[in-house]
Amino acid sequence: MKRILRHLPAVAMTVLTAAACASAPAEGPDGPGQAADPQAGQPDEARTVDPGAPDGSAGPRIVQPGAPGEATRTYEGGPLDEIEGASHTEADVRFMQGMIHHHAQALEMTALVPERTTREGFRRMVLRIEISQTDEIGIMQTWLADRGEAVPHAGAHGGMPHVMMPGMLSPEQMRLLFDARGAEFERLFLELMIQHHEGAIVMVRDLFDTPGAAQESTVNFFANEVDADQTIEIQRMRQMLEQRR
Amino acid sequence: MTSVFTASRAAVGSLGAVALAAGVLVGADEVLAQVSDIAPPRPQMTWDPNDPRIGLGAGWLDAESAISGLEHLAAIPRPEGFYNPETPGDGRFSNTDVAFQDGLLYQGNYNGFQIWNVEQPSSPELRLSVVCPGGQGDVSVYRHLVFMSAQETRGRLDCGIEGVADSISAERLRGVRIFDLSDFDDPRQVAAVQSCRGSHTHTVVTDPNDDENVYVYIQGTGGVRPAEELTGCSGAEPEEDPNTSLFRIEVVRVPLAAPERAEIVSMPRIFADESGDMAGLWQGGDHGPGTQESRRTNQCHDITAFPEIGLAAGACSGNGILLDISDVTNPTRIDEVIDPNFAYWHSATFNNDGTKVVFTDEWGGGSAPRCRATDPPSWGANAIFTIEDGEMELAGYYKLPVPQTETENCVAHNGSIIPVPGRDLMVQAWYQGGLSIMDFTDPENPFEVAFFDRGPLSDSTRHTGGYWSTYWYNGRVYGAEISRGIDVFRLEPSEHLSEAEIAAAELVEVETFNAQLQPRVTWPDAVPVAQAYLDQMVRYKRILNARASELQAVLDRAAAGSATPADLEAAAVQVERDLAAIRTGALGGDPERMEKLAGVLRGLAR
Repeated sequence: MKRILRHLPAVAMTVLTAAACASAPAEGPDGPGQAADPQAGQPDEARTVDPGAPDGSAGPRIVQPGAPGEATRTYEGGPLDEIEGASHTEADVRFMQGMIHHHAQALEMTALVPERTTREGFRRMVLRIEISQTDEIGIMQTWLADRGEAVPHAGAHGGMPHVMMPGMLSPEQMRLLFDARGAEFERLFLELMIQHHEGAIVMVRDLFDTPGAAQESTVNFFANEVDADQTIEIQRMRQMLEQRR
Repeated sequence: MTSVFTASRAAVGSLGAVALAAGVLVGADEVLAQVSDIAPPRPQMTWDPNDPRIGLGAGWLDAESAISGLEHLAAIPRPEGFYNPETPGDGRFSNTDVAFQDGLLYQGNYNGFQIWNVEQPSSPELRLSVVCPGGQGDVSVYRHLVFMSAQETRGRLDCGIEGVADSISAERLRGVRIFDLSDFDDPRQVAAVQSCRGSHTHTVVTDPNDDENVYVYIQGTGGVRPAEELTGCSGAEPEEDPNTSLFRIEVVRVPLAAPERAEIVSMPRIFADESGDMAGLWQGGDHGPGTQESRRTNQCHDITAFPEIGLAAGACSGNGILLDISDVTNPTRIDEVIDPNFAYWHSATFNNDGTKVVFTDEWGGGSAPRCRATDPPSWGANAIFTIEDGEMELAGYYKLPVPQTETENCVAHNGSIIPVPGRDLMVQAWYQGGLSIMDFTDPENPFEVAFFDRGPLSDSTRHTGGYWSTYWYNGRVYGAEISRGIDVFRLEPSEHLSEAEIAAAELVEVETFNAQLQPRVTWPDAVPVAQAYLDQMVRYKRILNARASELQAVLDRAAAGSATPADLEAAAVQVERDLAAIRTGALGGDPERMEKLAGVLRGLAR
């Protein structure tokens, strides 16, 4: 009984909110922060509050420190959306576009797995690679689209070879993988995917070595995560290879 | 343009990937047509279909929400000028981690940090905003000093906003900044400690034997800087260069009276094995034909120090490690674990006794949705280990127990202990998965005791948002969202948590709280603390009904102020008699809680 009662207010709240949320947030002088209470439902008593300075002064104080030991000045730069130093470069765009192709080939490789081996542990590891790289393709496509850049198609063009980036499989290597089965397939897959992942890491290194590149936070963040995720996966795959000896 | 988003919403799993890889970018209908010919990926988790977090309406500032076990006291919005009203997805304005001191909340972001007065959650005050770009803005506060991590190549020594274009520049800062906030009207950057990989996170560590200095561990995960920019840096593998900047952390000593003299005093190789191989945690072996040399576990993402028990836990790339920090400048590794389910060891939290440690796995890096029904529940989750004699052993996993949508980035992230005596509770951020309070008292069977969640920022666009961290500070839960504001909560009694347990937790007051500098909590000998232990034993059916009634009567009198010392002593004696019987097996019961209860009763009697 208690369980139902505990859930009921939340359900009632969402029902009430669904009715209320048709209204757009009010644009008051304090901006969208003064919008209608986001939780219009009954049991949620949170109120959207105004963070203005209590003494009625012009607003929050914004300062910009100097280098160590130097004086701090009032921030004169206006709204923070003028922090432009961290915009993206051509190198960032090429990295994202190239990595989409790179990831796409990894997915071509993982697509071979279901029909070539049934071992559960191996398939789970492959599932992780699949989920990670599918999602990352989406992130990269969104990043490019948001910036008005060309968004590559995430797939082979009717069997035509990819532009070769570090670590990518040659047509001969793909053929070898395609023809393999069972334990031999697994071993070959691990070796080739390690090669593939190491190539991605080289691409990240090259990006960071390019002047002006990877300064924009999202690129920096994403590139670091590709590096970290794929390094871990290489470790995992090496362990699996080791266990096969 | 819609096709971009549709592609990323296509079914995951081997079959969905086939559809994605095989076809060119297509419209929604065509993708769904291809996918529908094949069986959909199977769900990997089970959940309560009535969970109110399912189906919450989307919105930036008007999303629906669901709550359980908590009272939502305030939703403090972002001040104008500190967000881009066009979109919640503008990464320049992302808020990151928080720390607390003297009722003030310090919130980092990718371009500096802000200080809020949140003592009256219904009327918060933004005290100060500090502009100093460099990402990702992990902040700590200790006395008059604020520390901030900077790792990005755009960080400038002079806090400028123009970035640094040259790949080698004397103007660049990657490392830990130190600000002196003795005077809020004149905050200053007093030091900027440069490090070879920058600082992704840092950990303030106190030395109980040293009150003149505070220490900072630097965790760098970025690329290594060229030696031309910072002398001594080297990104080479250990075989090529024994002084490589990989495979280590940096330890900074900060003189409290002269923080401008902060400097790196050691660079311990915490991954080394007994033979002295600095890459000693590497598990791999021979590479096989055609494969190249590759990088190995050579960095920590974050370290949580617990000086009062002399230990720290490091979430380090492919390993979770336990460090002995009795010598603060020379932490030594005493144990390490691997977990085949973990993608990326991210952070660690001890329980208050130091007998358990929770590691989090940030699979997907935090910007990806990893709480879908098709994502396995041991991936992107918490792994709970017991610690005994300096050795860790895996006990169980915990993940947000309800699926989130494709447009909600979600994975285990930062949290802290809620100090309820007798229980191990942790409040934790799951990005757009909201916050979840986990009970891991039984580490093999963790479960959820409370939650709060909002609908996605958008139904159609995958923004990176949600809670970066949710922490407990002096009786309240604070949740800091990346692109929304700060939420303040209070615990509410439920079937999982009694009024007394909440009151006992709210008795705990600390001046300063940094999540990675874990405090040892002790509770006063107070009635709510005793009541909490009794409530627990009754709830878990580990006390004789008759004894429980007697003790309840005594506690009721104590609460009313009418219990005499003799009453309380007598109750303590009775509890201790039961305890003796429990220990010999003559009586069923809960020895740990009974012992603690006796202690509180005796304390009350004094």
